[in-house]
Amino acid sequence: MGSEFTRLFELVISASLINNFVFTRFLGLCIFFGVSRKMETAVGMSITFTSVMIISAALSWVVFTKVMVPLEITFLEIIVFIGVIAGLVQASDTIMRKVASGLYYKLGIYLALISTNCIILAVPLVSAGEKYSFIQSLAFGLGSGLGFALALIIMASIREKLELADVPVPFRGLPMAFVVTGLIALAFTGFSGLITM
Amino acid sequence: MAGTSTINLKDQFLNGIIKENTIFKLALSLCPSIAVTNNLKNGIYMGLAVLFVQTMVNITISMMRNFIQPKVRLPIFMLVISGWVTITSMLMAAFVPDVYAKVGLYIQLIVAFASILARAEMFASKNGFVPSMVDGLGMGCGFLFALTTISFFRELVGKGSLTVPTGLATQHVFTFINAKPLLIMVLPAGGFLAVGLLMAAFNWVDVKYLGSKSHGH
Repeated sequence: MGSEFTRLFELVISASLINNFVFTRFLGLCIFFGVSRKMETAVGMSITFTSVMIISAALSWVVFTKVMVPLEITFLEIIVFIGVIAGLVQASDTIMRKVASGLYYKLGIYLALISTNCIILAVPLVSAGEKYSFIQSLAFGLGSGLGFALALIIMASIREKLELADVPVPFRGLPMAFVVTGLIALAFTGFSGLITM
Repeated sequence: MAGTSTINLKDQFLNGIIKENTIFKLALSLCPSIAVTNNLKNGIYMGLAVLFVQTMVNITISMMRNFIQPKVRLPIFMLVISGWVTITSMLMAAFVPDVYAKVGLYIQLIVAFASILARAEMFASKNGFVPSMVDGLGMGCGFLFALTTISFFRELVGKGSLTVPTGLATQHVFTFINAKPLLIMVLPAGGFLAVGLLMAAFNWVDVKYLGSKSHGH
């Protein structure tokens, strides 16, 4: 029981810090650069993303293990996971609109952006490949959501200041953001070896 | 020859490489551009994979365009893209397993490429077979060009060598410098730096030589 819990903890730390999806695995970059301009949008996206991540990790695990493996159609994983995610996003959109319209007003727009996010597809794919258990998939999803949130918030706080800085013309906008991200990624490299898995 | 369309094929092709270059201009589908480009060979194969998927998807959607119900077109596009990505993924696993071992996950993520979906929606679903194919080839080549440039730069500066594929299963590693000059370039951080620098360079060339106004992101 103890070592199981340790393993879950390791998964969360690993997914959020050591193998941070943005800085180490380069996933979710389009959304990362698009949403990290202001702190407000960054936080909104983080919340939405982590919630969707955890639910989709759970759903994908169930579909993969209970339906695809027994039927031996695992090679269709890409198509099926995309379907699950699209369905989940559509369902959340509808539910949120009815049940929590105040929340929807604030966070709804991020839902649509999530469906073309690489991370949301990568997490089920990696879970399936590594054959995580249900709880492990959840932990992995949680860790990746937290890692993405961390990345967004760090980036937003820097970019808000960057808007006021005197950046050379060819670098204005995205190129500078990339260089900054590179520096942050450099810092994150320090986490490698934190936990030997 | 021109038929019913007034689309200049040459311009359409070049559009994907320069004016609307997926990575350097549109800044879409960035994930693989950093992930796989620490090695020239991987970069080239990833670029080829995207080229293949982009072109085949454009052709397929263009041929089907008269039968697709507008309301369900997005799921259908996704289905077509997923299908071609699955095929490409399997082909790569079979013919270049060593490359696939490294970039496999990113090949599968081609499915999430906004650029391919956008091209299908904006172009292939409205244009004929040949223009769509040329557009796919153009955007794909632009992507291949971008990935090759980034990998070339990163591997040369990071490892002092170039891994050039000479056949499906072989490659020749040209080593220019024996020590590793700037190892950081082949690490994740260096990837971001390399793309940022190359993007800035592309902007500079664009403004200076191609006359477009500097764009703000």
